[in-house]
Parts: sequence; C-alpha cells; structure tokens
Amino acid sequence: MNNMATELIKTQGVSSTLKRRNTAQRYLDHKYFFIMLSPVLLYYIIFHYAPIYGVIIAFKDYKIMKGISGSPWVGLDNFKELFTGLYFIPVLKNTLIVNFYKLLFGFPAPIILALMINEVRKPLFKKTVQTITYLPYFLSWIVLSGIITEFLSPSRGPVNIILTMLEFKPIFFMASVDWFRTILVSTEIWKTVGFSAIIYLAAIAGINPEMYDAADVDGISRLKKIWYITLPSITPVIVILLILTSGQIINDDFDQIYNMLNAKVMSVGDVIGTYTYTEGIQKMNYSYAAAVGLFKNVIALIVVLTANFIAKRFSDETIF
Amino acid sequence: MIAKKKLSDQIFIGFVYVILSLLSICTLLPFLQVVTLSMSPIEVVNSYGFHFFPTSFDFAGYKQVFHNELIWISYKNTIVRTVLAIILTVTLTFLGAYPLSKKTLPHRTFWTGFIVLTMFFSGGMIPLYMLVKGLGLMNSIWSLLLPGAVSTFLLLIVRNFVHEIPEALEESAKMDGANDIYILRKIILPLSMPVLATVALYTGVYHWNAWFDSMLYIQSEHKQVLQLILRKIVLDGDVSAAGTETGIANVNTQSMKLATLVVSILPILCVYPFLQKYFVKGTLIGSIKG
Repeated sequence: MNNMATELIKTQGVSSTLKRRNTAQRYLDHKYFFIMLSPVLLYYIIFHYAPIYGVIIAFKDYKIMKGISGSPWVGLDNFKELFTGLYFIPVLKNTLIVNFYKLLFGFPAPIILALMINEVRKPLFKKTVQTITYLPYFLSWIVLSGIITEFLSPSRGPVNIILTMLEFKPIFFMASVDWFRTILVSTEIWKTVGFSAIIYLAAIAGINPEMYDAADVDGISRLKKIWYITLPSITPVIVILLILTSGQIINDDFDQIYNMLNAKVMSVGDVIGTYTYTEGIQKMNYSYAAAVGLFKNVIALIVVLTANFIAKRFSDETIF
Repeated sequence: MIAKKKLSDQIFIGFVYVILSLLSICTLLPFLQVVTLSMSPIEVVNSYGFHFFPTSFDFAGYKQVFHNELIWISYKNTIVRTVLAIILTVTLTFLGAYPLSKKTLPHRTFWTGFIVLTMFFSGGMIPLYMLVKGLGLMNSIWSLLLPGAVSTFLLLIVRNFVHEIPEALEESAKMDGANDIYILRKIILPLSMPVLATVALYTGVYHWNAWFDSMLYIQSEHKQVLQLILRKIVLDGDVSAAGTETGIANVNTQSMKLATLVVSILPILCVYPFLQKYFVKGTLIGSIKG
C-alpha cells in the first residue's frame, strides 16, 4: 500500500517535471513573442493593476507622508461616512437618474436613426445626413458646451428667441434646476447618435436581401418590413450593446457633466464623477474619494455581470 | 389594395425624410450660430436675433486670439501630444496584438484574460492620480501619454483582425525561407494597415480632445493643452488668464470666446471628411470581426 503510494507520487512527480520542462520549452520557443508582449504587459501591470492595489486606501486613513502601506487601517469607516454623510446619497441619486434617462432615450435613438437612414434611397441625401450627424462626435465637450451655452443663452440664443416669439418667458437653461437633466440627456444624444448608428447600419447591411425580396412578393409595407425583418435581424447587436451600455448606469460622463455643471444646478447635476474629483483631488480626501470610486466600480461590475447573466438566460447573445 | 399600400409607404418615407432633415438642421444650427457670431461686430453679437448667416464682418475676436501667445503654445502642445500618442499607441497595440493572435502562444487565454480583466475593474480616479504622482510623472508630457497608452478595446480589435490573416500565407513565406521578422515586416504589418489606421484615428481624436489629465497632472501653464485653455476662456470666461500680453483696451470677451471656439474646431473640420470616411470603415472592421 505504502509502496504504491510512493510509486504514484514518483510518477506524478516525473510527469509534472516533464510538463514543466515542456512549458518552459514552449515559452522558450515563443520568446520573441513574449519580448514583443512585454512592454504591453508591463503597461497593464503598472497602469491597471497597480492602481487596483491603490484601492486599499479606501480602507485606510491615507496620510501622504506615510504612504499607502504606512497609513493606518480604518476598516469600513470611509464607507460608513459615505452612506451616512449628507452629500453622497443625493450624488448617487443624481447619477442614477441622469444615466437612467440617458439609457432610456439615448439607447434607442441610434437604432431609430439607423433604421431611418436605411430607408433613404437617395445616396446624396443619405451621405449628407450621415456626415452632419457624425460631426459633434469629433468635438470635445468643452467645445460643445461652449456652443450649446451660446445656443441656449437666455438673451441671444435662438431657442429662447423662438420661446419669446411663442409668448413664453425666456429660460436660462444651463442654470435651471428643472432643465439641467434634460439638457444633459438631449445634448448627449445630439453628440453621439450619428456615430453610434454606424454599428447598427453595419448590422443592417449584413441582412440577407432575399428576405426583403420575399417580403416584397407578399406586398408587405415598409414599416412592417422594419418590424418583422430588420429589427429581429439586428437584435443580437442590440443585446450586446445593451449589455455593454448597462454598466454605464453608474459611470457618469464626467467630461460632459463637469463642463456643464455650475453652482446653480449642483443639486441636480453633481454626480459621482464630479463629486470624486472635488472630494479627492481638490479637497485631497484621498481615502474617502477612493471609497466612492470603489463603490462605483463594484456596482458597475455587478450591473454588467447581471445584464450578461440575464441575456444568457433569455437569448444566446452574451459578451462572455 | 396595392395602391393603398403604396400610399402608406409614401407617407412613411416622407416622414423619414422630414425627420432626418430636421435632425440634420438641428445638429448644424448651433455651429452656424457660433461661426457667424465669431466674425460679426460686437453689436450683432450682443443683439437679439437669429445669426445663422453673417451679415456684416468684424474679425476683432480673431485678432485677439492671434495675439494670444498661450493659445498657440497650447495648440503646439496638443499637436505634439497627439502625434506622440499615436506613435506610442499604435506601436504598443500592435506589439500586444500580434503575439496574442497566435494560437500557439503558451497560455494564450491566460494572457488575454490578464488584459481583458482590466476592462471590468479599475482602480479609479484617485489611485491612478496617486500612481502618476508617485511615479514622478507630474507636470511632464508622459503623464498624458502613458496612463492611456493602450486601449484594451482597440487591442482586441487588432488582435482579431491579425488573427483573420490566413496562416497559409505565413507558412508559404516560411517555406520560401523567410524568417519571423521578415514575415512580420513584409506580410503581417502591411496587411494590418487598415486596422492600425483605425487605431491611429481613435487615438488621435481622443488625444486632441483630452483635457482632464492635463488639468490633473500639468501645473505649468505653458505645458497645458489647447482644450484646457479653451475651457478657461470659453467656460470660465477667464480672458485675462489666457495672457493677452498686448492688454487690449475693452477686451471683448464674447468675441474672443467665439473666435477661440472656431479656431479650435477648424483643424478637425479640415480633416473631417477624411476622418469620417475612415472612422466608418474602422468601426465596421471592429464590429464585424469583434
């Protein structure tokens, strides 16, 4: 019995060294590939994995002089402060509301645009529409905020001129608590809708034209063709993009909001991103802000995994 | 019956044309308004009304911009940054994508996973800020180039693209006596050009518009990027901070703001037709093969 056991261990040992030598040999055979890969791996270790280590300051009382490892542990104190503090809950609420509306209106918008562009048979018109709607995507939110502020200006902006012509009072949109979220959502759509439509247009282009020919024989209307052929055919793409976008429910668009935010709309516009920046970088509350960031990342991860899980249950489309 | 159906189709298509036209006009109008106002005299700028097409001209705003040293310095900084970033990112992305596209690479799934994992979890703003500070990159252009040097998403697109190149091509080259480096340079690289051009475009547009990292990491005014100076002038209305050395009397903030906006948009508008065409192509490469 004992003998057999040692025998077994021996053979296992032999096979594992063999395997090891084999692996080493395989790595040696591919050494040039790993030399190529090494700067990239180094980049990921330094700029992606090292900051994950830095996350532990969320559980510490970080002191600049003591460094990450030298600062004292405080357990969940930063998180307690987060959930009991006066400011975080409204900020979280703002983030979720803005992103919920962005998802609700922003997600279908490029699909609808792609479906409409696809119906256009005149190439020149099609090209013009596409060229124009792509344009804002290439400009920064700083430029766009400047342009939008001008356009919505209460004293000069065309929008308010139309409002006054219709006998409404001019509205200072950028500083209005009632309008700020609407502005965020609509300008986001304005910036991205054309460009996001490309992927759906590509999916539509891949649909087998015979299906439309068959539908033509049956004399089906264009609207019904969209509903019964085009939409079902691009559902896989829609599902994948929905999963990818779902994580955005808590990842606010910092670029956009930070450039549009002002003191008057803080109560509806301060979101996790802007809050982390003010608390962390400006007030140097590193630990507290890191806790905010960690909370956000964990939620985003859970949302994406859940969306992926649900997608797996109801269809074959998943991202992993 | 058939005629009726055709009528409903016609109404539908008419509706589509109207909506798309309206959408295009709505997208364009804000730009027209700004461009027109930027070259209008101050009375027009401050007057009430639609200004989609210029009626009279005054380039005072542009004169101020041209005299503003800081705008040109930051312009140069942005160009330098964008060019360096494109070189760095394209090189690194290819270096990473090519080995990972090889089926024979040992533990290929593990190494891919090692990279993909970072798409789902990150340290966040504060740990990254501390890292950049800790590495001593503050106030140097490296703080703008290194932290985002590789985009996982683009890396995967390039990997999938290279993976689609038929292996037979390499094998036959090998039979003809070509070594790995020769194959890489003469076969893989030329064939990967379309996807690498896509990476270059995405990187270029990203870095041209980036400002937040410059705000975080760059302290000295003369190293800042155009977008940040733009932010100061346009959003904070801080014309003096932009260092108008000539000290023009009654600086017309409004005209200068608008002119700065236009000056910063201009380069993008010039390359835009080119950008658009290749962006669409690139996005398709990514979506079909990804």
